Amino acid sequence: MGESAILFKNVSRHFGEVKAVDDVTLEIHDGEFFSMLGPSGSGKTTCLRMIAGFDRPTLGQIFLYGQDVSNLPPYDRSVNTVFQDYALFPHMTVGENIAYGLMIKGLAKDQRKKQVDEMLDLVRLTGFADRKPSQLSGGQRQRVALARALVNHPKVLLLDEPLGALDLKLRQQMQVELKAIQQRVGITFIFVTHDQEEALTMSDRIAVFNLGKIEQVGSPADIYEHPQTSFVAGFVGVSNLIGGEVAKRITGAEDKFSIRPEKIHLSSMDAKADADMYSATGKVRDVVYLGLYTRYLVELDGGGDLVVVEQNLKSTSMDVMKSKGQQTRLMWKKEHISKLGG
Amino acid sequence: MLSKNTSQPSVERGSRWLQASAIAVLLFLHIPMWLIFLYSFTTDTAAYTFPPPGLTLKWIPQALSNPEMQAALSLSIRVASLATVAALILGTLAAAAVYRSDFFGKEAISFMLLLPLALPGIVTGIAMRSAMSLISIPFSYWTIVIGHATFCVVVVYNNVLARFRRSGGSMIEASMDLGANSFQTFWHIVLPNIGTALLAGAILAFSLSFDEVIVTTFTAGQQETLPIWILGQMFKPRSRPITNVTAMLVVIITALPILLAQRITAGSSDTEGSNK
Amino acid sequence: MLSRVSTYLYLRPKLVLGLLLVPPLLWFLVIYIGSLISLLVNSFFSLDSFTGQIVREFTLKTYAKLFETSNLQIFARTTIMAALVTIACAALAFPLSYYMARFATPRMKTFLYIGVTLPLWSSYVVRVYSWKLILAQEGIVSWFARIVQLDGLLDWYLSLPIVGGPSLAISSTGVFLVFVYIWLPYMVIPIQTALERVPKSLIEASSDLGAKPAQTFRNVILPLAFPGVIAGSIFTFSLTLGDFIVPQLFGSSAYTIGRAVLTFQGTSNNIPLAAAFTMGPILIMIVYLLIARKLGAFDAL
Repeated sequence: MGESAILFKNVSRHFGEVKAVDDVTLEIHDGEFFSMLGPSGSGKTTCLRMIAGFDRPTLGQIFLYGQDVSNLPPYDRSVNTVFQDYALFPHMTVGENIAYGLMIKGLAKDQRKKQVDEMLDLVRLTGFADRKPSQLSGGQRQRVALARALVNHPKVLLLDEPLGALDLKLRQQMQVELKAIQQRVGITFIFVTHDQEEALTMSDRIAVFNLGKIEQVGSPADIYEHPQTSFVAGFVGVSNLIGGEVAKRITGAEDKFSIRPEKIHLSSMDAKADADMYSATGKVRDVVYLGLYTRYLVELDGGGDLVVVEQNLKSTSMDVMKSKGQQTRLMWKKEHISKLGG
Repeated sequence: MLSKNTSQPSVERGSRWLQASAIAVLLFLHIPMWLIFLYSFTTDTAAYTFPPPGLTLKWIPQALSNPEMQAALSLSIRVASLATVAALILGTLAAAAVYRSDFFGKEAISFMLLLPLALPGIVTGIAMRSAMSLISIPFSYWTIVIGHATFCVVVVYNNVLARFRRSGGSMIEASMDLGANSFQTFWHIVLPNIGTALLAGAILAFSLSFDEVIVTTFTAGQQETLPIWILGQMFKPRSRPITNVTAMLVVIITALPILLAQRITAGSSDTEGSNK
Repeated sequence: MLSRVSTYLYLRPKLVLGLLLVPPLLWFLVIYIGSLISLLVNSFFSLDSFTGQIVREFTLKTYAKLFETSNLQIFARTTIMAALVTIACAALAFPLSYYMARFATPRMKTFLYIGVTLPLWSSYVVRVYSWKLILAQEGIVSWFARIVQLDGLLDWYLSLPIVGGPSLAISSTGVFLVFVYIWLPYMVIPIQTALERVPKSLIEASSDLGAKPAQTFRNVILPLAFPGVIAGSIFTFSLTLGDFIVPQLFGSSAYTIGRAVLTFQGTSNNIPLAAAFTMGPILIMIVYLLIARKLGAFDAL
């Protein structure tokens, strides 16, 4: 893990007045499955394009395994990309698409064929070499794009929202498969997505982007359980953000903090909070029954709202509806709150 | 509901009337052209008598071996070939520039390229004639070619640009990402993908040049391209049968490539449509 | 080596843009725009009527000649013809375009589309020539008139002033017919394009709101197709304005703009007057294009 695969040193990319990437410093380790997560326009795709070489930093440097690649064209970098729209060459067969990089390198035909077949096995498309991309389904095209990139044994593989065009079921299946392939080939994967669930499922580490800057870098658990900024708390999963007077009444400090809805428990008014717990009282204003769980909106007595989610382990929809309008006491463990900066 | 039911029959009747007039207009567009075929076989040599007094095949070999016609045809082919090559190069370069980047005056370029075709031919013609007069350039093969190339550029440009836009930008990036430099990418990816657009553009440019007569009148001097020769025959008919056969020949020479060009562009849009 | 060049260029996208743009830009600026400028320059020169040489000194004398009655008549005659041809083309093109856009099956539509574009791209001279055959005294029109015993009517029509002439092949009516035939495809395609863009739901909405088909046509379809008509009219109008071949072949001795320009530069080598004369159609077209843009014609192109 020690070696750094990609290193951004104070990288900025300006498009005219717009700072698409604003002074980003970031290290991605060798062999990592690293995700860049953020809404569109947050700078994640521009970072990816700068690693690939399609774009160059306005300021700063990018290193690939210690080599400064800031000004190398894409074809001189040992990096390959799986494009969002796959970018398969329509005039070539699947086999020719996958062999393209090898052909450019000048590899002999029989060697190309051997490696192409291996790759087709890896992505479970054995026997598809002679089809045209137009004869494939979306999921199949996506696998071809992956094989076409991997066959070159890049040091780093870039994936630009590759699952965006697939339907939900296929997407979930491909998430598992991608992770498995990454572990098998051991290449550093950099995955760009705006889907937080996807990032949490697959990544070793995640960088959350907002407005051209990185808000937080950490493991999925880190990001989810200890968001450091209100943007991360709000973008990754659902959070209650509490600050000012309300925070002071509950925790004794005026700092802004966040608490996940599922960490809060509803109990009766006379329940006693343990020493390692915070508690607050309020009135249930709204109840939404969602099958697996129920979402409550509780209006705190001293002002402010909290969203609470409880699994319907025993309760039925009839039970949960009854709680609407009732006074309740909310409790959660002190360790579950995250103090937010920014 | 009620009003729909009552209006149904009149829609039917309306569309039948419409169909009839559509067919009539289409016939109006086509019958004159095909009439030339009939006249190519008439035995009448002095007038354009209808119906033809008799039919014969003898004019076809005579026309094909007519030296004036051959010279004009050869000049037209040489002009159209060179004008097409020039239009291919200039049109493709302009399309590539406009496609790959945003720059000031991008819209103006499309407009400028279209201008020679949009303004009446006489404007382009007299403008070039006046430039030649101003700096004393004599009429030559080259003056015809330059005039033709100028209004042919836009057909290549439009075809190639449309293809670029349909092909999607990441293909070129994908090729470079896989290790191909700009030249390899052009050879392996760009050229095969715009190939049919180039072919269609070339065919249209060729037929545009092959048929042109207005600009040519101003830039050719005494030289005769095939359309100019036919035009001359209309003013001073020396041999009507030979002109008839030549006109038929021109219809055939231009119709076939145009049908081909249409097939090419229609075919490629079909396959792209099925991709989605 | 090539790879080195490629890298050099890749890192300089502005240079590449320049390399791509320079040849076409240079060609058009020097040859085309240059020619147009020389046209403008020439229009301010004059012809010495004794020596027949072009006097290269600035003068408005040549422009003044445009306002002589005979020349003003030429402008008027040509513009009226262009307007009449345009109206006739629109009237003929509309039913065909409308049928193509609304009723034809996809196969039929392809067939019709080719049916319209084939004449569009076919040889202009040959298409003109075909009418020489049709309108000739012994030709198909006279033959048909005889068969249906209307040759008396035809003779009477030809004896009328303005529209008539010695035969159909030498009359304003002949010129008009040939123009309509030649430019008709240029009108069909833009109207069809505009009609294709009228969403079906609009027509359904109109009939749903109680409009009869004729009312829908007048109040919904026609206004939405109008930009297409204007777009097509740019071609038919401009092409008729500049043409010199059809009036020369089928017209009387009365000049049109095109014939005048051709004659001035050809027989009398009076390029300045030809140049000044050309400013007429250019000006008319500029005004026309400005109006057309106001009416939204460029969206239909």
